[in-house]
Amino acid sequence: MKIKKQITAGLSALALTLTVSVSAPVAAADEGPIKVGILHSLSGTMAISESTLKDTMLMLIKEQNENGGLLGRKLEPVVVDPASNWPLFAEKARELLAKDKVDVIFGNWTSVSRKSVLPVVEELNGLLFYPVQYEGEESSENVFYTGAAPNQQAIPAVNYLMNQVGVKRWVLAGTDYVYPRTTNKILEAYLKDHGVADEDIMVNYTPFGHSNWQSIVSDIKTFGSQGKKTAVVSTINGDANVPFYRELANQGIKAEDIPVVAFSVGEQELSGIDTGPLVGHLAAWNYFMSVDTDANYDFIDKWVAYTGKEDAVTNDPMEAHYIGFNMWKEAVKKAGTTDVDAVKDAIIGVSVPNLTGGYATMMPNHHITKPVLIGEIQDNGQFSVVWQTPSTVAGDAWSDYLPGSKDLISDWRKPLHCGNYNVVTKSCGGKSEVAAE
Amino acid sequence: MSIIRSLKQLLIVCLLSLPVLGHAQANDEQAQSLLTQLAESSYGQKGKIAGEIARSGDERARGWLEAFSAGKLARIEPSKGDAEGSGKFVIVLSNRGRNWKVQDALTGDDLGEISRRDLDSIRVNNSLRSEIDGILSVIDLTVNDADKRLAAARGLRGNVDEAMAKKLTELMASEEDADVKATLNEALAIYKVEEQGDLSAVKTLSGSLNSEARAALNSATYSDDPALKQAARDALASIETKLKWNRAAETLYFGLSLGSVLVLAAIGLAITFGVMGVINMAHGELIMLGAYTTWGMQQMLPGQPGLALILSIPAGFLVSALAGVAIERSVIQFLKGRPLETLLATFGISLVLQQLVRTVISPLNRTVVTPDWMSGSIMVNEALSLTLNRLYIIGFALVVFVGLMLIMRKTRLGLEVRAVTQNRAMARSMGIKATKVDIMTFALGSGVAGLAGVALSQITNVGPNLGQNYIIDSFMVVVFGGVGNLWGTLVAGLSLGTINQLLEPWAGAVLAKILVLVFIILFIQKRPRGLFPQKGRAAEG
Repeated sequence: MKIKKQITAGLSALALTLTVSVSAPVAAADEGPIKVGILHSLSGTMAISESTLKDTMLMLIKEQNENGGLLGRKLEPVVVDPASNWPLFAEKARELLAKDKVDVIFGNWTSVSRKSVLPVVEELNGLLFYPVQYEGEESSENVFYTGAAPNQQAIPAVNYLMNQVGVKRWVLAGTDYVYPRTTNKILEAYLKDHGVADEDIMVNYTPFGHSNWQSIVSDIKTFGSQGKKTAVVSTINGDANVPFYRELANQGIKAEDIPVVAFSVGEQELSGIDTGPLVGHLAAWNYFMSVDTDANYDFIDKWVAYTGKEDAVTNDPMEAHYIGFNMWKEAVKKAGTTDVDAVKDAIIGVSVPNLTGGYATMMPNHHITKPVLIGEIQDNGQFSVVWQTPSTVAGDAWSDYLPGSKDLISDWRKPLHCGNYNVVTKSCGGKSEVAAE
Repeated sequence: MSIIRSLKQLLIVCLLSLPVLGHAQANDEQAQSLLTQLAESSYGQKGKIAGEIARSGDERARGWLEAFSAGKLARIEPSKGDAEGSGKFVIVLSNRGRNWKVQDALTGDDLGEISRRDLDSIRVNNSLRSEIDGILSVIDLTVNDADKRLAAARGLRGNVDEAMAKKLTELMASEEDADVKATLNEALAIYKVEEQGDLSAVKTLSGSLNSEARAALNSATYSDDPALKQAARDALASIETKLKWNRAAETLYFGLSLGSVLVLAAIGLAITFGVMGVINMAHGELIMLGAYTTWGMQQMLPGQPGLALILSIPAGFLVSALAGVAIERSVIQFLKGRPLETLLATFGISLVLQQLVRTVISPLNRTVVTPDWMSGSIMVNEALSLTLNRLYIIGFALVVFVGLMLIMRKTRLGLEVRAVTQNRAMARSMGIKATKVDIMTFALGSGVAGLAGVALSQITNVGPNLGQNYIIDSFMVVVFGGVGNLWGTLVAGLSLGTINQLLEPWAGAVLAKILVLVFIILFIQKRPRGLFPQKGRAAEG
């Protein structure tokens, strides 16, 4: 053993490409740093959300290296910039896997960018940790979804409004793309299952970056003045939220009258607005910066120290990366190697602490367990938690409320090893996703 | 729900029997115990305890309830903090950052800054907040200020219950202000229609445009009493006709306000593209610079957002004008007469400017504060209110338009600009320095884009992508209005805005945008030179 190690060390010093035996190059690769690919947009429209996630990863990697690295090796971040350009995401993912030979990728924000990366990661057998809440209806052998599935965010939020607030009329407002459309389809089916009539549901879609909300807000006002408690469930994305909330305030709609619960508005989005008029509107996430736990306060202290900004905020996708990184780390330790297949098997069942005082566990469907928190916006741009699920909720890849997917389950353990197993026909769909109609 | 409701009633009865809070001797021990109960009980119980606090007669009670309602009442964690401070209740004065400024809730002493880790905020939610608002507004009904009484009475509509109804009837008898009286009457009528099915109360509501009144009438149409049902339907029908006019006025207002935004964004382009013929894809980024100037001004003058906004009007003009000159001198002048290259080069510049802002300032949106005099709305009547920020922007757009018109028509610069664009060679031979005119014109167009940015900072996000959202719309307006014609830009902007707002309610925002675009394409097919085509020889060039 000792001799062989010396030989491989010598060889690796000469050249990594020397193929003396089959095991030699593998062993040689094991001597260098572990490469962690970071695939987040640093320019273009998504830079607003994604650049903080890159910094989060760099902070986590730096901290891990200060604590001695992983398996005795250093971690080396490989940062690429897909520039908010969806096809470029696929190219950059290929570059990371084929050229840089990274051991794992943390990345993506929008669903469309994930869909673009998916075939590449599957073809080259990579590992991708995806940290953002999404519409579900997908389970890939190579992707780990550390953000919320609809049953970990949208459904509990609607339950809260229905049962605790007594809402009877619903406005489903969203930006016109895949995540809001799928989520609203699930919510509509769910609401109708619970006896909400057609005329009590209003669905509205707006383009990306919509800024003129006058007539829509006026419609919502009219819709809400029919004598039944009304709420808005908002899947409005990114920038369009600020003018939306501003218009609500200007037209005198208060959270006490028509509350808005949002799935895409977090601390970071609020840091760009004067939140005084928004007090009381709601958001559903699995983490809030205001969560009162020591783990969270420590994380915030580290983040403030790392960014050097006293007013730096943390948000839900950052926690998802924190959890994802720690899960991957534990799985690598457990497997004793960074080999993708070994890590993929080892990570299922791994539990790591989250920042809200509990534990997150990787489920066989590559989704994780999360608590669901409902928070009300405060005047300082933070959320105050008003309700939370009594225990953590396991992410469901395939919604139970859509006809196309309610019979599907996902289990990447052997012997099933299938992302879309149909429990009725007892067959595996094979591909990572099916069209959910 | 019914338990909470009856608790609320109980509480209000007790409250009303105590017209003014707190003559009684302050009792710190009692206060501490009440606040402890408030901190430790569930949401359902907190309302009741808040009522007890109001009734305790403590003169500090109002401050506590207001702080509680604002989420600013907190307790120093009993297990942590310094030994003497632990368990103390505090009112948070500033809750930004990791250390919060607090003040002792009982003694009012300044306790300096305490780490957020050591503070437990006492949680409040929407229903509690409106409950506390109810408690406070009943108190407000007895104050001397008529405006305050009116606001309180307005807040009570739809929230009246049995116990309150009695008290309100008494208060109404002694009320002197006619508006307050009418509002109280309406509040009572809503209660009577909803809870008692009172036929005469339906009459009171029949002219009302208030949404609570409509909700009450709506629920009455489901009643079993045919007479009440019919009366409610008639009342609703009469309200509906009134509302129709209000809605039409509202849509027109929305259209004009969207139109004025389009005019503002496009009018600078009408000069650089329309008059000079330069396709400047970086126009949107010049708008963005104006918006960032507003932000910068507000950073330099903290606490005076209004003054900063006014000062940023000249500042935004200057910054964008200088940036425009830089672009003109460094790139555009070398590409004269090559529109395709100009388009690509300026598109490149727009990307560079965006990334520059991302790198130098931040990829995140910046907060631009809306001054008080620009937030809220003017209430024309209960169903029609005009949002103030939009109203200011309509006015601002008109002022900018008139200003530009005067410059182009009445000044030497305007004359020279028109001369150079109509016949460059001839103008030069008459002794006009064409290069200087080019610079001035481009500076003027860019500066106006900066003004648009200052206005837009009040209604949309100030971020690196601000300009992108307006560039297509701006070109649309200029082309639709007729290249080279300022009147055309004004009419085109306002009419496109109105068409868009007319379509939006029934077609949805996405389809409305598409329809407007299709409309313009068809229109341009028919009239390639837009609404107001330039006539004469200049049009041929």
